[in-house]
Amino acid sequence: MLKLITRRLLISLVILFIISVLVFVATLLLPGDPARAMLGQQATPERLEALREQMGLNEPAWLRYFSWLGGLFVGDFGASVTGASVGELLGERISASLVLMVAAAVIAIPVGIIVGAYSALRRGKAGDHTASAISLVLAALPEFVIGIVLITVFSTTVFRILPAVTMSPPGQEVWEYPAQLILPVLTLVLVVMPYIIRMMRATMVEVLDSGYVEMARLKGVPERQVITRHAVPHALAPVAQVVAIQLAWLAGGIVVVEFLFRYPGIGQALVDAVANRDVQVVQALSMLIAALYIVVNLLADIVGILTNPKLRTESAS
Amino acid sequence: MSIQAAETTTTAAGYVLQAENLAVATLGGKEILHGISFALTPGRVLALVGESGSGKTTAGLACLGHFRTGLKHTGGTIEIKNKYEEGSTDVLSLPETGRRGLRGGSISYVPQDPALSLNPAMRIGDQILEVLRVHGYGKTDAERRERLAGVLTDVGLANDTAYQRRWPHQLSGGQQQRVGIAMAFACRPEVMVLDEPTTGLDVTTQALVLQTIHGLAEKYHVAGLYITHDLAVVAEIADEVAVMLSGDVVEAGDVKQVLYKPQHRYTRKLLSAVPDLAGRRRIGDVTAITGDMPVVDPETGKANSSVAPGLAAPSAGGKHTAAPAATSAAAPEGTDADGNLLSVKDLRLAYGSNQVLDGIDLALTEGESMMLLGESGSGKTTLARCIAGLNDTFHGSVSLAGTELAHGTRDRTASERHRIQYVFQSPFSSLSPRRTVAESVEVPLLMSGKYSKAQRRTMVTEGLDQVRLGASYLDRRPGQLSGGERQRVAIARALVNAPSVLVCDEVTSALDVSVQASIIDLLRTLQLDTGMAMLFVTHNIALARHISQRLAVLQKGQIVDLGVTGDVLENPQHSYTQQLLANVPSM
Repeated sequence: MLKLITRRLLISLVILFIISVLVFVATLLLPGDPARAMLGQQATPERLEALREQMGLNEPAWLRYFSWLGGLFVGDFGASVTGASVGELLGERISASLVLMVAAAVIAIPVGIIVGAYSALRRGKAGDHTASAISLVLAALPEFVIGIVLITVFSTTVFRILPAVTMSPPGQEVWEYPAQLILPVLTLVLVVMPYIIRMMRATMVEVLDSGYVEMARLKGVPERQVITRHAVPHALAPVAQVVAIQLAWLAGGIVVVEFLFRYPGIGQALVDAVANRDVQVVQALSMLIAALYIVVNLLADIVGILTNPKLRTESAS
Repeated sequence: MSIQAAETTTTAAGYVLQAENLAVATLGGKEILHGISFALTPGRVLALVGESGSGKTTAGLACLGHFRTGLKHTGGTIEIKNKYEEGSTDVLSLPETGRRGLRGGSISYVPQDPALSLNPAMRIGDQILEVLRVHGYGKTDAERRERLAGVLTDVGLANDTAYQRRWPHQLSGGQQQRVGIAMAFACRPEVMVLDEPTTGLDVTTQALVLQTIHGLAEKYHVAGLYITHDLAVVAEIADEVAVMLSGDVVEAGDVKQVLYKPQHRYTRKLLSAVPDLAGRRRIGDVTAITGDMPVVDPETGKANSSVAPGLAAPSAGGKHTAAPAATSAAAPEGTDADGNLLSVKDLRLAYGSNQVLDGIDLALTEGESMMLLGESGSGKTTLARCIAGLNDTFHGSVSLAGTELAHGTRDRTASERHRIQYVFQSPFSSLSPRRTVAESVEVPLLMSGKYSKAQRRTMVTEGLDQVRLGASYLDRRPGQLSGGERQRVAIARALVNAPSVLVCDEVTSALDVSVQASIIDLLRTLQLDTGMAMLFVTHNIALARHISQRLAVLQKGQIVDLGVTGDVLENPQHSYTQQLLANVPSM
């Protein structure tokens, strides 16, 4: 099992390395000159040249790539066009986004699994049809539509109980005003959950029809134990893959939702950085989101390995 | 109907479980069981025999008060004698919790396929302990662990902790089935329902499992309900038999009486379809042909003289008057220097470190039928696929009429491809459900590109005639056909452009015995008619004399015995063949 996990880990590192090359090349291709972006249109050629020298822009691209990559390893993400260190600039943004993502995941995953399992158990009955219909509708709606509908219902036209945009002043932590988190989190939950429900229902239906579940019933095992011990563990492994894809989507999809709610997270930061030609920030954020994709997929693989004794004992047998 | 027979053998005092007028229907209202009755006595095994769809599993599961999704109980009772007090209880009138208390405790179930029925994510020891815990067997966990070790010994498995901690996938099929039996036996039940527990196993393992079941039933005075379609197994294990036909018990009684003096027409038909190793019985409807084959009965010497009456079909001509060699004129192209049509030389194939085929040498002459016998995992299907070019990763050579063939079908010429045809194991998956019978059968003709539409239609109709399906089947789809009819279509598809070699991969193992008999019969007839060579791949040694002139026994990728069928069966050289022959159940 360890061999299997180590192999996945090594593959992940290789992928991350390839991504770093792609990100660097992509930012090289971005139009515009960072030095000019920093100094503005009125800058003299001498000052531009001096800044370029200082930022290392005159060195060959491959040298810049390696010094940037080396910086990543020691946590130095370079300097933003505003002059501040990227690490400091993003620290707050990252923690704000993480709050949003973790809250969405913590709600969506268990609720999705429970609703999916419930649907499968009530297959063909009213409860199942309702859950299926609602999750299908939600799956069909893009995140900004869900967000706008929620804003309409809860903050503007119908009720006015929740803030439509983030109100906290800069410099204060977002969770000090929990009310402003509700709508963005709810939007993310509603976007992510339908897929988890549908996958859980499908795998659970399959597992409930399997020979070992029938056998457990014929052994006289109480129904609750049949479900918790014999059915659910087998249904989880495929769901873990979907959860991973959804979490990875959260890392990217959060950009739209943050923009919609004016939420001070990495999504906003990314949008601003691209607009300002803030190359170092774009690079750091792209790497961060890519790393998150890889980590959640790796976790899903590990869950898959752990719930399958055949894979777990592969080297032993 | 002679339901009375069952009741006379089990007097009211002796039974432990009695089903009376049991009726089960689908939720849509179609009746599956039309009020059947049977009774089980301690220490004796009742075999419930029938073909697929006869309702035998439904009846078996009803004994545990379980009905599969889509089925409901519509009448009758299942009385089980109370464990601790006088009198009996109707299982079917109990609420779900009451039934649950009986399941696995007083009445237990051994499923057909242990590979699917053991939870793959639970250690086998834990799965058996679970039954003991659920039913409160013993007072402490230590006591239950003791019972676990005891029951594993009872079924002939190792009982140490390391073994108990194994996962199902670390056991062989036979071991898995014995774990299933141990699980059913753990709480010392009064009744065990065994649903085809040996169907997926090879004969040697089957013999061991049957021995275990028989021993347990006798030693611990358990009543057994043994569900099967295999009459040879019935003769080995059962004390009484009930024969089922589409939801009714048509004949019941003592095993000797039913098997050797069958009263009902259906029982006789079923018995006549069972292939036997000695080749005395003629399986199938057109017994005239099969019986006159020198293959089946080498001593009579009749084969050369008689023209089989069943073969008066126009295509028969006069070709099949002599032994198969005489039909060689029918084959368009010649043979190699040794007179072999197909020869395989030193064929090897390995997946990683697993040597699947290890130096196979085989040769088929024209008009010859060879059986390739092997148990699951012996490499027999892989070999068949290599010959047909479906698997091209092997080393060695396959030659047809002296020309070495390319390894994969893609590199073979169209005529080489059409001269070797393949029939797959399951007719349920080898025919496209979206195509009509005519469209499926036409494919090889389309691929050759030589015929006009009208010609193709005629040839397809002729092909269907050959497999006795007729023109009315042309526009049907597989969903409207039975398993036997589908396999006939698959055979028609293989034969439609007159191949020289037909490879049949376990073509009868997905079918009932009576259907198997008719397919075997058909293949023999067709082979004689067309003079093609046939490689018949199977795990069922009992078919040997009914289909093949020569027999090759494959074990772990090597041919361990090869010779004229009769010689191999009477005088097996290799210990593996001897062991197989010793374990074949017979009637």
